Amino acid sequence: MDSTAHAFKDNAHKALGDDQLQEALGNLRHGFTQRRAQARDQLPEFDALRDAARDIKNHTLAHLDLYLERYESKVSEQGGKVHWCATAEDARRTILDICRSVDAKLVTKGKSMVAEEIGLNDYLEANGVTPAETDLGEYIIQLRNEPPSHIIAPAVHLTKAQVEADFRKNHSELPPERSLVEPEALVQEARTMLRQKYLDADVGITGANFLIAETGSSIIVTNEGNGDLTQCLPKVHIVIASLEKVVPTLEDVSIILRVLARSGTGQEFTAYTTFSTGPKREGDLDGPDEYHVVLLDNGRSAMLGSEYQDVLRCIRCGACMNHCPVYHAVGGHAYGWVYPGPIGAVLTPSLIGVEEAGHLPNASTFCGRCEAVCPMRIPLPKMMRHWREKEFERNLTPTAARSGLKLWAFFAKRPALYAMLNRFNARLLRALGGRKGSLRSLPLASGWTDHRDFPAPQGKSFQELWAKRQNGSGATPRTPGA
Amino acid sequence: MSARDQILGAVRRSLKRAAGDGAEETVSARLAEHPRGPVPARAQLPHKEQVALFQEQAEAVQTTVDRLADLSEVPKAVSAYLSSQNLPQSLRVAPDGRLGALPWQAEAPLLEVSTGPARSDDATSLTPVFAAVAETGTLMLRSGPESPVTLNFLPETHIAVVFASQIVGSYEDAWQRFREAGNDSRLPRTVNFITGPSRTGDIEQTILFGAHGPKRLHLLLIDDVP
Amino acid sequence: MIPSTPNVGLFVTCLVDLFRPSVGFAAVELLEAAGCRVTVPAAQTCCGQPAYNMGDRADTREIARQTVKAFQGFDYVVVPSGSCAAMIKEHYPALFTGEPEMQSQAEVLAEKTHELISFLADVLKVEGVDAQYRGTVTYHDSCSGLRELGVKQQPRRLLASVEGLELVELQEAEVCCGFGGTFCVKYPEVSNKIVETKAEHIEGSQADLLLAGDLGCLMNMAGKLKRRGAKVEARHVAEVLAGKLDAPAIGEGKGS
Repeated sequence: MDSTAHAFKDNAHKALGDDQLQEALGNLRHGFTQRRAQARDQLPEFDALRDAARDIKNHTLAHLDLYLERYESKVSEQGGKVHWCATAEDARRTILDICRSVDAKLVTKGKSMVAEEIGLNDYLEANGVTPAETDLGEYIIQLRNEPPSHIIAPAVHLTKAQVEADFRKNHSELPPERSLVEPEALVQEARTMLRQKYLDADVGITGANFLIAETGSSIIVTNEGNGDLTQCLPKVHIVIASLEKVVPTLEDVSIILRVLARSGTGQEFTAYTTFSTGPKREGDLDGPDEYHVVLLDNGRSAMLGSEYQDVLRCIRCGACMNHCPVYHAVGGHAYGWVYPGPIGAVLTPSLIGVEEAGHLPNASTFCGRCEAVCPMRIPLPKMMRHWREKEFERNLTPTAARSGLKLWAFFAKRPALYAMLNRFNARLLRALGGRKGSLRSLPLASGWTDHRDFPAPQGKSFQELWAKRQNGSGATPRTPGA
Repeated sequence: MSARDQILGAVRRSLKRAAGDGAEETVSARLAEHPRGPVPARAQLPHKEQVALFQEQAEAVQTTVDRLADLSEVPKAVSAYLSSQNLPQSLRVAPDGRLGALPWQAEAPLLEVSTGPARSDDATSLTPVFAAVAETGTLMLRSGPESPVTLNFLPETHIAVVFASQIVGSYEDAWQRFREAGNDSRLPRTVNFITGPSRTGDIEQTILFGAHGPKRLHLLLIDDVP
Repeated sequence: MIPSTPNVGLFVTCLVDLFRPSVGFAAVELLEAAGCRVTVPAAQTCCGQPAYNMGDRADTREIARQTVKAFQGFDYVVVPSGSCAAMIKEHYPALFTGEPEMQSQAEVLAEKTHELISFLADVLKVEGVDAQYRGTVTYHDSCSGLRELGVKQQPRRLLASVEGLELVELQEAEVCCGFGGTFCVKYPEVSNKIVETKAEHIEGSQADLLLAGDLGCLMNMAGKLKRRGAKVEARHVAEVLAGKLDAPAIGEGKGS
């Protein structure tokens, strides 16, 4: 997908002025956070499981080459095929080739962020294969021709009224007088519309939450069951997954599954956790004849061994964005590419370059709530700071900010000058504030004073007053170094 | 160079993998031993309490549970459940020996019973399960000739027969049973962990049922453990 | 083992030094009341967060080096700010990777550095203060103090001992106020949206005074409340605990 990450500020401006979006975001900030907190409170071992989950992924990443080899040989043993793809282009081409090999016209799709990453739908469409998203949220945004705004709740930016309007516009074959007031009616309508697609599809494409080296299985985790109908009805099942999804064993994935849903939706367990291994077996009465895994690198191998390796532990639960004040303010589309929120702020520069996505690691208050809730204990603020350091080193930081910082640092490294400067500023700002105690506008600080008053200083610096106190009251304040 | 070699080479360079670093052995051992991590205390109860926890957890996610003393009561229980829900007396049964051998005709004469994978217009399915996990009220089903996967997803109502003896504490316990049943690490085409009926929160985070899969998940829990 | 008269170095913080010396004096009073001898090294400036969070590691390191040197020899270093304390405690040592001597000095400093309120409550085991406040206050948990240092119950425990004070909990007290240091001027619109929501919760609490442990956050929230014409005033929690309410609240004038 094309990125607008470079235009984060404009995107954010639009998002802040979009009343419907703001209404939808209001639902998110309370629902997900409260449900996660409840789920955590109901499981005393939650934090111990997070540690264990982190350790499993760290171990796997440290041996990724070997686990990938074992995984591939297990897939082959069970009659499936792994397609190694270095780039998004390779992955798109591979999937199209598989579709063409069975003369596919219609493809059903389960939700896959990697498919978004490689821009699969547009590519298939341009090449004569119709992709039908089946996750309800993905279905809705496909009708609107929009990218997802959240990694587990793709249509979280929309209100029910917007969904109703989209259904009326797109399902024109249905009677216009039908009632869609109840949300149940919308779900029922989507169920009906998609049912025939499942049955007609030639190929089903799903993502993978995990790949298991021990068994050669791919796992999807869904609440709707769409991913299951997508893979058990068509002749061909294609799994698209990135390298880092592999975990060693069934026991290992059991640990990580315990923290996945609790962190994301706040459920104890997701409704459907499905382990798929190869095509259907001798005697099976249903299931696909072919099973393909498109295994995508797309920049991940280069993140291994770097300061960004930890982000490869991510299991895409969405907790970081569910708890992010910036995401709550602007929603997912403002981030301008596939992965929004704190995880996107770290991952996007790695995948599409910090020149394009440089705003994202900067657009954080470093409040640390993302790291605090991350089930995989990914130090997201620390990695955003690494990106800021890279930008600073490479002179990508905006010039005004850079020179301002350099000037400030000049003083901050010289305590005597700094003390004089503070004495001066305390008086100047005090004088500007007058008797009101705050300023309504301040040159060079309009970013602050456009939105809030600027509290004026009390008039003298602490160091100045402290020196006075030390010398006995009435004595001339002595400034160190003066 | 193949894409495979290119990617694995890039991974090895990034990891600074050296020959003879012992990594092969580490990986082989982990896969062979598949050690368990921390298992929640709630999953380590005596069996009777596991059964109670299973039911409680299943009901907490909108699964309904009917407890029966014996498998032979299933036909009557299915028929009664369908009536109570105002559902048609029609059932697609998995080609499972034990379910097929039940006295359907004698005990539920109004029920129209057929056997096989789900068809698009089947309203209700009846399936066996492989195991059931107490910690989250989760069913474990494995695909095979006796248990087609479509039965778990296509019909609006899914009824499953669960024996109390199939209930285990944790996911790990369920996998242990699976391994001990002679499967080792060989999985069937599909293993489904099912925890409640199909649901979605995609419209304003309101939880609604029957998004694509079953709207109702009903369990017939057979008390086969004295 | 706590010395009978702990020798405390006060890291004033750049914001307190420039904007609100009364917070520094409140800190000194609280520390002295708890039996500490307080020294304020003159060679301190800022903890370096502005440079650190803008990716300027070299300047950060030099500022940190200066702080480490300035605060040698104290039993404790106390900071009336969660974020500056966390900077020293959680982030300084790693700045000196490759300089083992400096790194170990930074680790020594990190070990003895504490945020003011948690120092009083957790280290000195202060259980109450001798102060009065007639009114209702609410408390915002600033991010670094809360999540990096675990400051949560300590201010509440001490506030409970203030005579006449009633604490009402703030809705979403643990959510960021949108300050974020340079964030608030780099992304002013986003920052404004966040602090607007915060201000709504503060006003909704019906408290007449907002407290927090970080002056940066307080200036952000106080500035927003003032712009909205809200009646709620804002102060650093140390001012109330020390009973030092003679200075006007943050952003308030003497004569208005």
